[in-house]
Amino acid sequence: NYRPPFDATAVKKLKESGAIIVGKTNLDEFGMGSTTEGSAYQVTANPWNLECVPGGSSGGSAAAVSARQCVVSLGSDTGGSVRQPASFCGVVGLKPTYGRVSRYGLVAYASSLDVIGCFGSSVADAGLLLQAICGHDKLDATSSKREVNDFTSQFISKDYFESQPLKGLRVGVISETLGDGVDQEVISSIRGAISHLEELGCTVSLPSFSLGLPAYYVLASSESSSNLSRYDGVRYGNQIASDELSSLYGGSRANGFGPEVKRRILMGTYALSAGYYDAYYKRAQQVRTVVKKSFKAALDSHDILISPAAPSAAYKIGEKKNDPLAMYAGDIMTVNVNLAGLPALVLPCGFVKDGTTSLPVGFQMIGAAFDEEKLLRVGHIFEQTLQGHSFIPPLIADEFKS
Amino acid sequence: MALTLFRGIQTRPLLPYSYAFSARKHVIFCSMQSTQAETSMKTKQQAPSNFTETARAKAVEKVLKDYEAIIGIETHVQLSTTTKAFCSCAYNYGSQPNSCICPVCMGLPGALPVLNSKVIKCAVMLGLALNCKLSMSSKFDRKQYFYPDLPKGYQISQFDIPIATDGFIDIDLPLEFGGGHRRFGITRVHMEEDAGKLLHTGSGSYSQVDLNRAGVPLLEIVSEPDMRTGIEAAEYAAELQRVVRYLGVSNGNMQEGSLRCDVNVSIRPIGQVEFGTKVEIKNLNSFSAMSRAIDFEIARQAELYNQGKDDEVVQETRLWEEGSQKTVTMRKKEGLADYRYFPEPDLPEVILTEEYVNDIRDSLPELPEMKRRRYEEMGLTMQDVLFLANDVNVAEFFDATIAKVSDIKLAANWIMGDIAAYMKNEKLTINEIKLSPQELSELIGSIKSGTISGKIGKEILLELMKKGGTVKGLIEEKDLVQIVDPAEIEKIIDKVIANNPKQLEQYRGGKTKLQGFFAGQVMKESKGKANPGILNKILLEKLNAKS
Repeated sequence: NYRPPFDATAVKKLKESGAIIVGKTNLDEFGMGSTTEGSAYQVTANPWNLECVPGGSSGGSAAAVSARQCVVSLGSDTGGSVRQPASFCGVVGLKPTYGRVSRYGLVAYASSLDVIGCFGSSVADAGLLLQAICGHDKLDATSSKREVNDFTSQFISKDYFESQPLKGLRVGVISETLGDGVDQEVISSIRGAISHLEELGCTVSLPSFSLGLPAYYVLASSESSSNLSRYDGVRYGNQIASDELSSLYGGSRANGFGPEVKRRILMGTYALSAGYYDAYYKRAQQVRTVVKKSFKAALDSHDILISPAAPSAAYKIGEKKNDPLAMYAGDIMTVNVNLAGLPALVLPCGFVKDGTTSLPVGFQMIGAAFDEEKLLRVGHIFEQTLQGHSFIPPLIADEFKS
Repeated sequence: MALTLFRGIQTRPLLPYSYAFSARKHVIFCSMQSTQAETSMKTKQQAPSNFTETARAKAVEKVLKDYEAIIGIETHVQLSTTTKAFCSCAYNYGSQPNSCICPVCMGLPGALPVLNSKVIKCAVMLGLALNCKLSMSSKFDRKQYFYPDLPKGYQISQFDIPIATDGFIDIDLPLEFGGGHRRFGITRVHMEEDAGKLLHTGSGSYSQVDLNRAGVPLLEIVSEPDMRTGIEAAEYAAELQRVVRYLGVSNGNMQEGSLRCDVNVSIRPIGQVEFGTKVEIKNLNSFSAMSRAIDFEIARQAELYNQGKDDEVVQETRLWEEGSQKTVTMRKKEGLADYRYFPEPDLPEVILTEEYVNDIRDSLPELPEMKRRRYEEMGLTMQDVLFLANDVNVAEFFDATIAKVSDIKLAANWIMGDIAAYMKNEKLTINEIKLSPQELSELIGSIKSGTISGKIGKEILLELMKKGGTVKGLIEEKDLVQIVDPAEIEKIIDKVIANNPKQLEQYRGGKTKLQGFFAGQVMKESKGKANPGILNKILLEKLNAKS
């Protein structure tokens, strides 16, 4: 029942630019999860198939845009929580560079990885939303002072495209992301996307890729164990009264946190404790530096890097609920981008068949730091020229028949 | 005597210290009390031989024949910046609970810290003043533990790369404890934020949290374990207080909590290399409490060791109880707490440039140690030096006075005597009395030049302190110019002698003491303006002349 007494800077900026806030959406508690099954309220259903998850943690925001309940929505992306649901729900998900959008007012999960991201049903919409919320904020010491360009002027109608609008674009495909553990149909959708791109770059190998996932979970859990210490029931939230201080804390927190959150707090506390800090947290930071460097090297010789947004399409509700590690494994496409602090854009490019239904597949484009402009330009052109696919969920398709 | 006085005239009178003083050496204090009102500037130097008077002092002296005490001090200084360390809340001591708070210092979800740059400036100033090496690149870390007065569940502090390390501080021990110079090492200085306050209800059924103080910037100063006695420790703390006040980074009030000291005490047999078990003492609210607590603890530990109860000296935190004048167990330290330090991700690194540091170094005021050495070189006694340099405002007053006048001893005496006494009686600081340094130097000049007598000077001083005004103005207004013309004085003497034939006869008959009577009459007749020297010379001639 906590009601914040202040607006997040991103929300404040939206209000100032005339946005109409329609409501708040569902998510995995504290941003921890990939399906909204970790919500303190209910599970959100995927508009493409109500038995499937919408993705997470910002599953509610993705589903709302997908079902056209709103035009655009905000989410948070710490390890893929905007991009993966965007892929599962067939909408555009934009993760800005770390520091591009102020984190003031974003309930902190992992301070060095969190960003606020944008959902839209088109690249232009997501880009417009980003334009409204980005910029330096004196209330966030990690927000970038870098100038914000006008992203939106490049969202021109396809009628005005040149004949080969992406000529000269150097594209790198992260080869490990099209191999083991990835759905066949996902791979073919991505290959389709790749060939759609006018100019192909050579394939790129990023050998450090697989270490990113464990490093992410060590770092994110550690930071979250610290960021969630403030939820003690003393000043806000539900207090479980007790005669003894440690029971007050223990009871309030045990009662207030869901199982996934507790799991991560425990992992993070362990990784930071005396005797383990060097082996886990410090080591993970070192891996992070390696990941950053490899991306930088790859992005020096390529304009963008490509990969799937997730190794599969949306799975059934309940399927991975009791197997947290399997759920974590699904983050493999997205976490490295957070570790490196880079911007990424996910947009729908194909489908997988799931019995009689089709589930959307999104591909991810990763850009150099603060190069959202390029990502949006490429994404816009890709989207506008993509033939043969329409990404409107059957559930609401009737309303779109003109 | 001077020392008792100066403790009393600091900007926030260290009342507890003076009372403690009286408890230890009440004989001396009482005798000083009565002489305080006097304006005599007689000798003030004495290392009281009744230092060993109290039982405790005796006990400690005995102990220190066999044992060496190892004392280290951790000091927290609350910075008097306009706003808190990480948000723009103002902090005012004594405000209504939870009236100086905002989402950031309350630790509300989504709030983020932003560093107040003044905090860095203060840290660099103090680091330089304590002769430390500065870390040109340092960072903040999260120190994690759960307590209701810590809203975020962690304190933003500095762990492995503090902003300043490896310094030292020079102190002069008070004269009544033998005086002497000491240098104590400073291990580190780092920046951190304060926690809130818990208020416990009388019934004990609940406690309340006041977050006004949460987020106030602190500098933590850790000393090397170089102190060996309670006196050394107390003087170390007093010097830190002087330094932070001189720098203007803090008001350094122990009573308000803007200067807090925790002491670590252990003892070991003289000659032993290994340290003994260390005990921490908290809840020290004055320098004298520090000194007494340390003495108590030294004696307590020694007694246990002497009785062979070595294992009863445990590593723990003890509280000083002012009422019963002893330390009591607060909690046993179960090894070191694990604070799970990691670098604060919400704040960027703190980078200092050479230019920035040099600018600050160039703008530092003259520090107490420098002042004391300068005063010593000017020829003042240690007594004078310690008094004048103790309070930065008094030192500035003195410096301003002697800028114009060459008799520094006279200036020092006036300040330490009459002026200090007046300030104590009226409970005023030197900046609050109406006398200005310019007028004091004017006064001294007038006395030296013979314009007015010393006695008249004293009267004028009182008037100047009370009501202000100028020396020249008062001299004119009250017609106080000294009569130095021998002829004029002679006239008055003649008159007085003529009017008192009986006493003249008695004088010439052998009662030479009556000279005083005649002198008094002449003074009275001249309204106090006759120059005493000339007066007595001529008077004596006249009285001794053959009729």
